[in-house]
Amino acid sequence: MKKKLVSGLPKLWVRHPAERLECPGCQYPIITRIVYDVIDELGIEGNTILVNSSACGFAVILTTSTDCVHANHGQGIDAACGVKALLPDSLVVCFGGDGDVAAIGAGAFVNAAQRADKFTVIMVNNGHFAMTGGQLAPTTLMGQITTTTPEGRGPNMGYPARMPEMIATVQGVAYSARGAANTPANYLKTRKYVKTAFEKQLDNIGFSFVEFLSACPTGWRMTPQESIRWIEEKMIPALPLGEFKNVDRLD
Amino acid sequence: MGERLFVIGNEAIGWGALNAGCDAYIGYPITPQNETTEWFAGEFPKRGKVFIQSQSEVGSINILFGAVATGHRAMTSTSGPGWGLMQEGMSHLSNGEMPCIISLVQRGGPGAGTTRHGQMDYLSATWGGGNGGYKNIVLTPASVQETHDFVQLAFYLADKYRNPVIVMTDGLLGQMAEPLELKVLDFGPVPEKDWAVRGRANQPDGIRRVVNVMQGLIPSPPHPPYTGFSDLLKVLNEKYERMKESEVRYETYLIDDADLIIVAYGYTARVSKEALKAARKDGFRVGMIRPLAVWPFPYQIVREMASKGCRFLVVEDSLGQLVEDVRIGAQGKADVHLLGALARHDPGDGGMILPDTVINEIYRLMNR
Ligand code: SF4
Repeated sequence: MKKKLVSGLPKLWVRHPAERLECPGCQYPIITRIVYDVIDELGIEGNTILVNSSACGFAVILTTSTDCVHANHGQGIDAACGVKALLPDSLVVCFGGDGDVAAIGAGAFVNAAQRADKFTVIMVNNGHFAMTGGQLAPTTLMGQITTTTPEGRGPNMGYPARMPEMIATVQGVAYSARGAANTPANYLKTRKYVKTAFEKQLDNIGFSFVEFLSACPTGWRMTPQESIRWIEEKMIPALPLGEFKNVDRLD
Repeated sequence: MGERLFVIGNEAIGWGALNAGCDAYIGYPITPQNETTEWFAGEFPKRGKVFIQSQSEVGSINILFGAVATGHRAMTSTSGPGWGLMQEGMSHLSNGEMPCIISLVQRGGPGAGTTRHGQMDYLSATWGGGNGGYKNIVLTPASVQETHDFVQLAFYLADKYRNPVIVMTDGLLGQMAEPLELKVLDFGPVPEKDWAVRGRANQPDGIRRVVNVMQGLIPSPPHPPYTGFSDLLKVLNEKYERMKESEVRYETYLIDDADLIIVAYGYTARVSKEALKAARKDGFRVGMIRPLAVWPFPYQIVREMASKGCRFLVVEDSLGQLVEDVRIGAQGKADVHLLGALARHDPGDGGMILPDTVINEIYRLMNR
């Protein structure tokens, strides 16, 4: 009987989680783990290029065994476009935060989708700029307190960006979904989203995108347990989980 | 002899890139260099090479970053405002030590300025317009043939130093048609790109590669092994010093007996040479120094001629940028005059510095 990994680390993980750079209770490592697991399962580690840019998630380039490109903040999507154009047979995965993808890199994001670039963007959404101390991001929830919305986000600061819903309207997009890892059930569902997104890329269909809702206890000034509850009670109702586009042809 | 064509400077950039073995071009439309982008769109895909029309110049320079990270030869091109947008990317390409080339077809500024010619991006090209004080070689061709040849030289120098290289022309050179002989130039071997990402399975040693814009802070195994920020600064500094020592390029014309030396590059060098020839016929001892690269700048020859008692006339289509370098070279030992954009023959944006204007300035300076 073939043995199945039920615990332990994915093969791609080259550093022990105890050495990790994120704060306790941060969900970046669990999201990275899902991505590594899927790459492992698809057996394409040796042909994978992970691209990311300055955000809390930059630790992926320290923990993975794949080739990596670390671009300037907000420019990971453009860099991924360049990598994929020259290495069309690779799996190119671009990790970004919500600031990265929905704010400074939003132009790159929309245009990569419009060009139907065949790579995958993973957006880790913790509702603010975590690395710089917790400022308002386009994804910040209504009423959410950040260092630049000390009274909570009000309509004068606009409304939360819904990136998967938005990008699903673009013809060049093959797949768009929003997941979370707050419960085992959501973990498994989101793992499936990531796998489908990679398959759309490998099958050369179009641009693929998965957003993760992610806990940031440090930035949110909560305990890890409180932050998981916040995802359940605040984030998911505002930013529903699920697939928003899943097609096998773009026309 | 290679195939001969009659093409404009903006197209010569493409032919040069092709002869340099460039694999990818990324560009965004901006006048007066659109023919470059259009040339690549027409010629690259049919040869199995990559052409990407980006969403902005910020896009161009960062897509270029990704393309170059794979170890392929790649380039972008732009003009004035687009060049402004690329500055942050230039700084990151420098930190990441990414060998690539950027063709900059100058127009007038500031702001949108004019969509026609100008020489107004000298300072941001030579002294670094982005953050952090990086350096890059800036080649300055003055003809269609030189544009083609210098693009090939630029790719070689980029690989030699693992650094971006700029080929800087202007709207006039870009739009001007001249005969071009296509030829592949061989500058010798370049270092192997053993740092490039290809997918770990495709690395000969099986070790993963990390290409990154925070060298020294984030490890980039296995090469180069920078262990800290100051280590990176040391390596960059040493590289910039090597460029300053080895890559000074200029051409002199009749300087041995000269009392007045014109310094000019690009289109104003062509104009100045006409003026110089006419002035020589009238017995004025005028010479010329034409930098073929404006970074590193040929300070030494300017210094030598200044010590001999020569005066200088800088002819450039700006309010005075190159003239600053000539003053640094002259070290206060010689008068340095500027004939700049205010001497254009027409108040509209089609105005240029004509040979007649230069001749009059020569006579004015030498009769005094
Ligand atoms: S600040 Fe937030 S997102 Fe960043 S590592 Fe800490 S918990 Fe994670």
